[in-house]
Amino acid sequence: MSNPDVTTLTRKDFVSDQDVRWCPGCGDYAILASVLGVLPKLGVKKEDVVFISGIGCSSRFPYYADTFGFHTIHGRGPAVVTGLRVANPNLSAWLVTGDGDGLSIGGNHLMHLLRRNVDVNVLLFNNQIYGLTKGQYSPTSEVGLKTKTSPMGAIDAPLQPGAFAAGCAASFIARCTDVQVKEMGAVIERSAAHHGTSFVEILQNCVIFNDGTFKGVTDKEVRKDRQLWVEHGKPLIFGDENEKGIRFVDGKPEILDLRADDCSEADCTIHDETADPAYAMALSRLGLDGDDHFPVAMGILRAVERPVFEAKVHGQIAEAQAVRPDQDLSDLYRGFGKVSTWEVDAGGQTVG
Amino acid sequence: MVATIPTEQLSTVVIRFAGDSGDGMQLAGSQFTLSSAVAGNDLATLPDFPAEIRAPAGTLYGVSGFQLQIGSDSTRTPGDRPDVLVAMNPAALKVNLPSLPEGGVIIADSDGFSKRNLKLVDYAENPLEDDSLTDYQVHVVPMTTLTVNALEELGLPSKAAKRCTNFFALGLTYWLYSRPLEPTLSYLEQKFAKKPEVLEANRRALKAGYHYGETAEGFVVRYEVPRATIAPGTYRTVNGNEAIAMGLVTAARKAGLDLTYAGYPITPASSLLEALAGWKHLGVRTLQAEDEIAAAGFALGASYGGALGATGTSGPGICLKSEFIGLALSAELPLVICDIQRGGPSTGLPTKTEQSDLLLAAFGRHGDAPIPVVAARSPAEAFDAAIEACRLALHAMTPVMLLSDGSIANGTEPWLLPDPDDIPALSHHRVTERGDGEGAFKPFTRDMDSLARPWAVPGTAGFEHRIGGIEKAHETGNISYDPDNHELMTRLRREKVERLADLYPPTEVDGPREGDLAVVAWGGTYGAVASAVQQCQDDGLSVAHIHLRNLNPLPNDLADILRSYRRVLVPEINEGQLRMILRAQLLVDAQGFNRVRGQPFSVGELVTAIREHTGGVA
Repeated sequence: MSNPDVTTLTRKDFVSDQDVRWCPGCGDYAILASVLGVLPKLGVKKEDVVFISGIGCSSRFPYYADTFGFHTIHGRGPAVVTGLRVANPNLSAWLVTGDGDGLSIGGNHLMHLLRRNVDVNVLLFNNQIYGLTKGQYSPTSEVGLKTKTSPMGAIDAPLQPGAFAAGCAASFIARCTDVQVKEMGAVIERSAAHHGTSFVEILQNCVIFNDGTFKGVTDKEVRKDRQLWVEHGKPLIFGDENEKGIRFVDGKPEILDLRADDCSEADCTIHDETADPAYAMALSRLGLDGDDHFPVAMGILRAVERPVFEAKVHGQIAEAQAVRPDQDLSDLYRGFGKVSTWEVDAGGQTVG
Repeated sequence: MVATIPTEQLSTVVIRFAGDSGDGMQLAGSQFTLSSAVAGNDLATLPDFPAEIRAPAGTLYGVSGFQLQIGSDSTRTPGDRPDVLVAMNPAALKVNLPSLPEGGVIIADSDGFSKRNLKLVDYAENPLEDDSLTDYQVHVVPMTTLTVNALEELGLPSKAAKRCTNFFALGLTYWLYSRPLEPTLSYLEQKFAKKPEVLEANRRALKAGYHYGETAEGFVVRYEVPRATIAPGTYRTVNGNEAIAMGLVTAARKAGLDLTYAGYPITPASSLLEALAGWKHLGVRTLQAEDEIAAAGFALGASYGGALGATGTSGPGICLKSEFIGLALSAELPLVICDIQRGGPSTGLPTKTEQSDLLLAAFGRHGDAPIPVVAARSPAEAFDAAIEACRLALHAMTPVMLLSDGSIANGTEPWLLPDPDDIPALSHHRVTERGDGEGAFKPFTRDMDSLARPWAVPGTAGFEHRIGGIEKAHETGNISYDPDNHELMTRLRREKVERLADLYPPTEVDGPREGDLAVVAWGGTYGAVASAVQQCQDDGLSVAHIHLRNLNPLPNDLADILRSYRRVLVPEINEGQLRMILRAQLLVDAQGFNRVRGQPFSVGELVTAIREHTGGVA
């Protein structure tokens, strides 16, 4: 029995028969729809798609796609997907995580996944809250957020997912939102095409426990002014009428009024996806942590080619096999000639 | 003319080499081992490393030792107490003197007994020169000076020449015990093929030590340990970690699977990862993970992808891996976890041996989550134990714990190389083909014999399904909170593990099938317990030895076997973990003999315990 030919796959081939149990109005529905819409376009066989997740609302994702899926343990999805990719480097592997799963308990594993550049598409649903456990603050919650475990307001300085990824020199860093589905689809599609770890942060609304946390960035009335959609090779421009630009001077961003006489598009920084991680870090920190002055950067912040982990693992195996091609278990037991052996004959005498 | 020195025959001798960490005692010990193996003795060894990498020279905590027992009979332990102590400095003497019986032989490098070294370990006087060692046979040899002299014409820097003193000591002991020089000379030729000056230096030092024995007046007798009766075949020495590594590779081959081993450095398991990392040309995938938890995750992810996933560690790492092991159990995937046990709890005694992780291994996960436990019993047998662990994991789609310990990992013994063709294939539950019109795949249907579920890996068309740690419905595998289903699945998982006992061979009993006492033991205590029981049997006591390899589930025939003895004694290097299991599961009144000193059992203390428990005076 085989699946439909790769070229004829449609969305329907990936839709699962399971009832989706996210809360009505949850941003995750839109993300699911986006991903299911992207899968048939990838030229990947249905049986080669795998979703690995940790624990959290985000991590229920695998059950809602009719593909292979493994719902693992809190924060440890990166470890499982790394072992899986080494076992089968032909899979289209996806890691679905959240701000708690990925950046709290899972921060260490995510860090190593990113620096190793394992070929996985990471989707981090950032809702700045722990949803599944009913409303505790998370490593991305804003200072002052009042929750059940922070009744007087959260005190931890939050982590910026994109900045964290840049600190790991991640080879692909992107950001999008759950309510701008067209852009989200385009970002996810590009992330799937990337060779290496593609890190996509999706600003996602938890309608029950942190409703509206991103409205200041995503509401229709404000989004042109509060979002900076970057494009490789194009200047950093935003605003209701594209009247504002960003220029980085010595690593520090400043806003340019493009309607002023002494200012034009030519003065803006041209977005370079391949720039040093420091640039992606600076970009990803814009406009957040209560800083309304700057817009929030969206789109593909960074995309570079660098060696992929499992390719190197298999490369070393191939290299070793080329040098010593015909050795088998008997050679292993003899220590490949480096271990002293001796023979005992039928009479119990050592003969050599 | 040199008078001929008489040669005395000994059936066994125990030698301990001791010096600074930088003195090459491990190398000397392992060469003596090799030489004795080639001479046809049976043997067992036990290195004793200090925990520090390079402790300050001359300190007590920097002493590195290597003990071995060679014999013309079956030799299963490194010996309770040394007959001979080779001591390269005062610290080595001070640390090891308490182990030496009266009349024992001390061969000391007098050059190592400098004023500074004596002061470092609080010797007010030089024990080699005062009367403190009159209870022993002491040979005071200026080994370092003699070594430097022997190498003079090579023009080596003084430090390099002094470093060859261990080979002088080795040569001297070779003469004393009539060992052949050739195996060590071959070893040197191979190892230093590209460094002829070092080769020549060590060669000369070795021969100088040998000739010193021949010509010096202090040695009035030399010894010989005749060859043991050994089965024909090709042999090498092997330590327990090397054996486990080779066993894992063998099992994967015999199963037709890729071995993926993930680990994190930890004493005494690091050499497992190191050995496997060197075998990429056999297709072995090794991953050094960022931590113990990730290592378990890598291995489980690999198993999910269709490989034979394995990971190894010591006690602290098992604690860390417990959540992933629980996931493997719930998702019902094969996974082999090696625990090379060491002194616990917490950081404990990293370089000392213990067997106190049994309860952790069998039960250490939240929920009702027992897993199979296999225990190695000696360095060479660990090869077979590793294959057994893989066999059970693949047969029942389950995580399996393989227990070893520091003394097995680092100890060596001769190993009869197996013929790979004689090792049976390992079966597993990989599925690759679905019939048309079969409907959605149900990942939790079960094989009626093993109760294992099918192993459908990503990349296999038609088998798309989701698994996870949440309780799932029987057969369909969909998330289920149904009360009856949870009880059913819990029992199915338990039954699946219990049925593995049907695969065990009959339990071996070494001794009478009924009698006064059954000594039931497991793991690295094998050699000492076997030797102690043998001695008691020779003295006429009605005692048998049962050494368990499979600790969970217990063998089906064990309860009946134990009922045939008046008493059951369970000697363990822990506070009584197998004893607890036997009492709870078999309702047998097992008594314990328990020591937790970070040391292997001595045969003597076991003999005493056995005598007490048989009421035998013999």
